[in-house]
Amino acid sequence: MSSVPAKPADLVTVNIDGKDIAVPKGTNVIEAAKLLGIEIPHYCYHPKLSVVGNCRMCLIEMGLPAVDPATKAPIMDPASGKQKVNWMPRAQIGCATNAMPGLHIRTNSPMVKECREGVTEFLLINHPLDCPICDQAGECKLQEHSTAYGRGYSRFVENKNVKPKRTQLGPRVTLDDERCILCSRCIRFSKEVAKDDVLGFIDRGSYSTLTCYPGKKLENNYSLNTVDICPVGALTSTDFRFKMRVWFLKETPSIDTESSVGANTVVWSREGVIYRITPRQNDAVNDTWMTDSGRLLYKQVRSEDRLLVAAINGGTSAYDMAMKAASDLLRASLSAGASGEVRIVGSGRSSVEEQFLTKKLAAALKAPVALVSRVGKGDGILLSADRNPNVRGALVTGLISALPSQQLTSLAADIDAGKVKTVVAINEDLAAADLTAAQLAKVSVIYLGTHKNATSAAAKVVLPTLTVFEKSGTFVNQQFRLQKFTKAVPGPEGLADDLVTLANLAASAGAGALPSDLTGLWSTLAAEAPVLAGLSYAKLPATGAVLDSAAWAGLPFVEGETLHFKPAAVPAAANA
Amino acid sequence: MAYVVERKPLSLSERLYIPQVLAGMKTTLKHFFAPNVTMEYPEQRPAIPPGYRGVPTLVKDPHGREKCVSCQLCEFVCPPKAIRITPGEIPADAANAHVEKGPKAFDIDMLRCIYCGLCQEVCPEEAIWLQNQYSMSGYTREEMVNNKERLYELGGTLPDQHFKWDKKKAAEQRGNAHH
Ligand code: SF4
Ligand code: SF4
Ligand code: SF4
Ligand code: FES
Repeated sequence: MSSVPAKPADLVTVNIDGKDIAVPKGTNVIEAAKLLGIEIPHYCYHPKLSVVGNCRMCLIEMGLPAVDPATKAPIMDPASGKQKVNWMPRAQIGCATNAMPGLHIRTNSPMVKECREGVTEFLLINHPLDCPICDQAGECKLQEHSTAYGRGYSRFVENKNVKPKRTQLGPRVTLDDERCILCSRCIRFSKEVAKDDVLGFIDRGSYSTLTCYPGKKLENNYSLNTVDICPVGALTSTDFRFKMRVWFLKETPSIDTESSVGANTVVWSREGVIYRITPRQNDAVNDTWMTDSGRLLYKQVRSEDRLLVAAINGGTSAYDMAMKAASDLLRASLSAGASGEVRIVGSGRSSVEEQFLTKKLAAALKAPVALVSRVGKGDGILLSADRNPNVRGALVTGLISALPSQQLTSLAADIDAGKVKTVVAINEDLAAADLTAAQLAKVSVIYLGTHKNATSAAAKVVLPTLTVFEKSGTFVNQQFRLQKFTKAVPGPEGLADDLVTLANLAASAGAGALPSDLTGLWSTLAAEAPVLAGLSYAKLPATGAVLDSAAWAGLPFVEGETLHFKPAAVPAAANA
Repeated sequence: MAYVVERKPLSLSERLYIPQVLAGMKTTLKHFFAPNVTMEYPEQRPAIPPGYRGVPTLVKDPHGREKCVSCQLCEFVCPPKAIRITPGEIPADAANAHVEKGPKAFDIDMLRCIYCGLCQEVCPEEAIWLQNQYSMSGYTREEMVNNKERLYELGGTLPDQHFKWDKKKAAEQRGNAHH
């Protein structure tokens, strides 16, 4: 709101608790107060959802300057010499009040205070104080507001309602009916953002209950966002439920790697273990939402098939030995003379910095580079058709100049023709890109990757790499927005950072000493990639920076429309 | 929004500090003139005054129910990080399913514990108590870590009168429930 430079004509001055503030016309009073550092407590209001006004926590006093009904002349207060304010005799809800010229708001009057105490007491009539058990403790609005605005004791003597405690609304969301305060945020989210109208209230009064429509389930790929926005602990994530209290968890800003949307995320970890992933607000990319599937990605860190030790010819080895074996392979291919002996299969899942080093490696080896594209169905919200998070990074760094295809056809043909001796595969399963076992057996494969697959099994040298949660770097999303992710947990013992591995490989191929840290790399990157000039990892804002994409405007990108992205021209094949 | 916790200003007698010093001197002098006692430890053991802060233990309620709900507040507050809890869900078909949550594992490292009593102070369920046991010894570091089983063995049962979870179950059975 404040970031949009409004024309002065659009600004209106409102008075909140005696302080004047100029805000764009129509600004929500809760947001306007926030700009002044004044909190108007609220439950049902959410800046990204429609306003319904059903919790009544945001009650305020409201007044407008008095004018003479006949002459429209301002009525002055003789005592203060200022224009009189006509205060409404009853409290109003702040969330449904928008800024208009001369609006006066009181958020701290005795009447407002009493209203808040009343609403809080009312909410707590049937709501249990389950804080020691409830997963929401630590980020619960009811807990905070009850402390800050509640009466502190209850005058209620009847028995509390006991509603069902563990209702499964869907495969990933558990509902505790007793705690629901009927704010309808989850209902509005499902209808307005996820476009899957599955939730509603049934019954009346204190029997009112949240439920799915008959025969439906809350199972869309955005269901866990309802858990994030539920202001109390009614909706909880079945995966995260009772696993860890949030106040122990360290928050690390990261990027969702599921698709080229690049949703901004927070990775929550404790002592090197990741417990959950939640969205991070970026109004230009993902608002405050993300997919359920993206939240599960942390499981790959400790999955069974993770590569934890380096290997040479199938036998485990120390990292240094494997590094040396890989260097020897590369040097042998180089000394053999003929160019085209080595091929590199890069990755659209590598970070910009890794792709830059891959390019250096390829240049030193004079090796052609291929990438594998991964295309799925876009859902029009926050999952795009391109399932590689960083194909544009490869374009920006100059690793590739055309869009990758789904199969490595030319590599396969060259192997068959006996033109290739060594293949460096970076986080890409060659078998999944249609290379046969026989073809893999004909060449020496150096595999850099995080998980076991057919390629790692067939590889001469395996150098395990880190997942996105264990390293730092940047991705370029479908909007050509350069966004950074930060290391949340340490990688497995004994493994080097991917940048170090790549820099070492490039050095052994004769590329000279390359920086293997982000600061050093970025000074080289900014100098060599024209669109990255002037940028650096350290100075990149949390919401990213949009790059000049003019050079690639003609490429037939596969993405269709998503939440904050409209493709230049929708290609026929996408989102069919 | 952040909440500010106000510190109480010192009272006049505290600010003057002489009365406080005198109060301390009084205690010192009392011991100064008290008769000397030498105790033949460990055959003879001192009488433990009420409110003594010995080894932290876990207790059960008079119905033998585990009181801890693994809220991890004690783990959070413990200054030397002596407590380690793995929370877990109580299965929906268990007799005490209405409690929802209990500790899967609960360890207190007595090589770290400083007997400050903050865990007892913070526990919302009155499940952890520092009791009379004060002499812990062992030959290995592992022996000095009390696991859940040992903590309950040391803690036993305390006569509390809240029966919070019984009330909850009764309410559920009374059927003042939604239909
Ligand atoms: S479950 Fe949560 S978000 Fe949904 S209506 Fe109840 S309190 Fe609101
Ligand atoms: S007594 Fe203090 S140090 Fe010992 S476990 Fe409790 S909180 Fe930790
Ligand atoms: S504070 Fe009490 S209820 Fe919470 S984990 Fe510790 S012992 Fe259990
Ligand atoms: S926030 Fe205004 S009524 Fe709920």
